[in-house]
Amino acid sequence: MVIAGGADRPRAFGFERGPHRLQIYLPIADLPVNIFLVLGMGLAVGFISGMFGIGGGFLMTPLLIFIGISPAVAVASVASHIAASSFTGAISYWRKRALDVALAMMLLSAGIVGTAVGVWLFTKLRELDQLDLMIGLSYVTLLTAVGGMMIYESVRAELRTRKGMPATLRRPGSHTWLHGLPFKLRFKRSKIYVSAIPVWAIGFTIGFIGAIMGIGGGFLLVPMLIYFLRVPTATVIGTSMVLTLVTMASATVMHAATNHLVDAILALILMVGGVIGAQFGVRTGQKMRGERLRLLLGLLVFAVGLRFAYELVVSPDDPFSLRHVGAE
Amino acid sequence: MRRIALTFLIVLAACGQAAAERLVVSLSNHRVAVTSSFTGEDLVLFGTVEPDNARTPLRPPYDLLVTVVGPRETMRTRRKERMLGIWINTETREFVRAPSYLSILANRPVTEIANQEVLRRLQIGLDNYLMPQRIGPDVADTVHDDPFRVAFVRLETEQGLYREDGTAVTFLTPTVFRAAIPLPANVPTGSYSIDVKLFAKGVQVAGANSALEVIKTGIEQYVADAARDHGLLYGFATALMALFIGWFGSVVFRRD
Repeated sequence: MVIAGGADRPRAFGFERGPHRLQIYLPIADLPVNIFLVLGMGLAVGFISGMFGIGGGFLMTPLLIFIGISPAVAVASVASHIAASSFTGAISYWRKRALDVALAMMLLSAGIVGTAVGVWLFTKLRELDQLDLMIGLSYVTLLTAVGGMMIYESVRAELRTRKGMPATLRRPGSHTWLHGLPFKLRFKRSKIYVSAIPVWAIGFTIGFIGAIMGIGGGFLLVPMLIYFLRVPTATVIGTSMVLTLVTMASATVMHAATNHLVDAILALILMVGGVIGAQFGVRTGQKMRGERLRLLLGLLVFAVGLRFAYELVVSPDDPFSLRHVGAE
Repeated sequence: MRRIALTFLIVLAACGQAAAERLVVSLSNHRVAVTSSFTGEDLVLFGTVEPDNARTPLRPPYDLLVTVVGPRETMRTRRKERMLGIWINTETREFVRAPSYLSILANRPVTEIANQEVLRRLQIGLDNYLMPQRIGPDVADTVHDDPFRVAFVRLETEQGLYREDGTAVTFLTPTVFRAAIPLPANVPTGSYSIDVKLFAKGVQVAGANSALEVIKTGIEQYVADAARDHGLLYGFATALMALFIGWFGSVVFRRD
């Protein structure tokens, strides 16, 4: 049996004893943290997420792991944090009518299945003591690949501007093999006519990796929708936020029901910080050029990926670790 | 409540030996509440050595050993090894019903108090405490220098959950003592047993027991219980909270 708070026991970090009035005890993570540290992390990640229009889970989860919260609790709690910030985003895009409900619903039906499979695999890996490894490996491969691609793209665009050419690349070729697939559907708001198969596959993938890695997947979903489905930029972010919202909300429920690892107090502090931080991030982001913004995001994503790679390759300080299996 | 009430009473140990001494102990606090501001607590155990009946004289100097054992839980120790260039958990050992908290407090190093055979028989000290491991289908105690056992004890010690301290007990007079029991911030909740043993010249002459309870209170307790007992409902509540905060954020910061 796996108990609540039965997480891989974290190593204390900055939890020296003494009269710390700012400490708050996290009931599921089972350790006290400095409330302003966590709130500050929420603000910082919220700022970045507002600036780039992403959920920021790929930053928040590693940060929580770094301050001593077990990877399992971090992944499960960040899910609810992302649900909150993407709901804020989705509402404002809804007001601007900048989201494609039909496409979002289609992605969602697959996204929830992907999330369920992800949560199931998460539980299995935890039992086999390989969850941390899996989280690490997924971060390395996904983040270095996506980060690298973003850096490459934006550097190329930057160079083109230098030469006096238009920075934005034209959307590549109008038809690919994806358009030859059956079960075609028409999505009116996005003005696209595509097969249900790639839509379904994208939804499933995002739901699946979201549940395993504790990320909303916005930074993956947006490029996927643009490159594979040719969703126009007008609706892509809003649509992606709806998908993120529903997959992360259902990941919260599923993680809570199966692994009992969602720390509501931790999530609450992160949410409050995140929602506030995002507002300032949006304003900063609007002042920057798109390519510059993409380069920065690419560098950030790539750096986080490298950080995880470093951890996997370099000899650990301590080859031994503990995990609670269950109370009596 | 009954246990607590009982332990408030003076507990007399019947050691079976020709006891000339008896121990009277009292704990500063039998119930430790883990609240949102909990950062650890030090409990104090006071006690005196008294003659069992007025005619038998006391025989100082005495040595005192206090063993505090927290709620039992099964823990898995994992060892990473490099495979294909990356570090992977390869081997694991399960410690079955190991104490989640274990303190051995004494007035001088445990090994000086009694000989190794006595210590092992009474399970005194981190090296001598029984910690059965599950190895495949079998459960067995291993030698105290088994690498997994050493790592387990070391990791728990680093967390402040295991300790062996030969200075934590102070004799204020030859027969009055106090022992400091440190409970770290990450102390597990549940019932703790306190076993006090009095030694004279390497032989146990008296003993006493006490207990304490560590409980989560307030919202922490509520949240932890809800997460464990009503996972699905708890998940829905958390998701709803996320939606509410998200909605609230969009209302407060609405710019159009």
